[in-house]
Amino acid sequence: MSDSASVMPEHPPVTDWVHDFDHTDPRWTENPFPIWAELRAECPVVHTKRFLGCYLPTTYQAVKEIAYDTEHFSSRRVIVRDVRPETTGTAPPITSDPPAHKPAKQLLLPPFTPDAMKKLEPRVRAICNELIDEFIADGKCDAAARYTKHIPVRAIAHMLGIPEKDGDLFIKWIHGILELGIRDNDALMNAVREMTEYFAGHIEQRKRHPTDDLISTLMHAKDKDGVPLSDDHVQGSLRLLLIAGIDTTWSGIGSSLWHLAKTPADRERLVAEPALMPTAIEEFLRAYSPVTMAREVMKETTISGCPVKPGNMVLLSFPAANRDPSMFPDADKVMIDRKENRHAAFGLGIHRCVGSNLARMEMTVAIEEWLKRIPDFRLDPAGRVAWSEGTVRGPRRLPLLWGRA
Amino acid sequence: MSGKLRIRVDQDKCQGHARCKSLAPELFNLDEFGNAHEIGDGVVPDGLEDKAWLAQSNCPEIAIEVTEE
Repeated sequence: MSDSASVMPEHPPVTDWVHDFDHTDPRWTENPFPIWAELRAECPVVHTKRFLGCYLPTTYQAVKEIAYDTEHFSSRRVIVRDVRPETTGTAPPITSDPPAHKPAKQLLLPPFTPDAMKKLEPRVRAICNELIDEFIADGKCDAAARYTKHIPVRAIAHMLGIPEKDGDLFIKWIHGILELGIRDNDALMNAVREMTEYFAGHIEQRKRHPTDDLISTLMHAKDKDGVPLSDDHVQGSLRLLLIAGIDTTWSGIGSSLWHLAKTPADRERLVAEPALMPTAIEEFLRAYSPVTMAREVMKETTISGCPVKPGNMVLLSFPAANRDPSMFPDADKVMIDRKENRHAAFGLGIHRCVGSNLARMEMTVAIEEWLKRIPDFRLDPAGRVAWSEGTVRGPRRLPLLWGRA
Repeated sequence: MSGKLRIRVDQDKCQGHARCKSLAPELFNLDEFGNAHEIGDGVVPDGLEDKAWLAQSNCPEIAIEVTEE
């Protein structure tokens, strides 16, 4: 941790969640579900003075209203932090509002369709098995460090056309941006600078030796007037793909494995009924949605009857929406055969996650291959599960046991 | 059973979640951007009615209309 003046003080513990919530409080990190239930019972939109002022919608309806309302809510800031410096280092299209959003998004959509993901699937299956080969004989492992982390890193590196072995660098930058960056501006700026230098090198290489990967696709993309994207735009979109493509799916795979480790009935059923996998994956996405987004309030309005004022951020909690019992019967119960499931794990409206098809494919393949090789496993009572803090939630330490270990 | 079902994807609402394509590939196609379209005239062939309702009830954007003719 940096000791510079840009580090904000530690946050005092929360004593009044309704008027003073804090998504970096250790209790939220450990188990946010009862907190959301308490807040939802109180009001569809709560407020805190922390983070220079921030709202939290707790119902599916309120989250949806905000996600659909690009007039009052801007995406120019998508992380709720202690500081709110001038916006720099944008990452189109996630940080774009209409009308700039649509053309930026359309450039990224074709490489991420389900058909495109089918072509990538054999490589992801191989990655999973290469990883399992390394630890299966041990009878135990920290699955977050040895398995779930590496699958999205290697898959997105493969798509971008950068070395899979640079994965540890990517994870360091993402930690700086999404976790340390909430309180430490230097950590965020350093990570962004290192990433920009890294990609600048790869862009230069491709100017001399063109390739057919996603970096080249972006470099050759043209806007509707036939003008190539600026280097800033290319850099921003590369930043987005790397940041958004790793922590998120690492979390999704990890939470799914965590659930199966502690729920033998679901694990046995999935082994016996592999056709249930797509439905189960959607339920894991609902119940353990990794990603909370943010918006900035631009104009005064009301959401689900609650007044919302400019100058504040919004913590757009798709995970809380997905636990709303008025939308999902028995919302806190994980039912791997839940038939009706309009979950919002990938967002709602124009900012639907561009990598949702990639994430689903990776989660499905990662769980399928794990269950084929290690059908019977459990949490290691000697270890402790640790969860990430802030914007993306998933296990960062996941000690598992199998066989006779 | 009453008349035939017909499905339609509202292009203003579809955001390309692709849940319908995954649940009912016989009834939906995706375009190059991953957005969904009903196949042909949207009339649901006999035996696929449950899949049409399943796709409709899993679309996060409420973009799929199912009507009985």
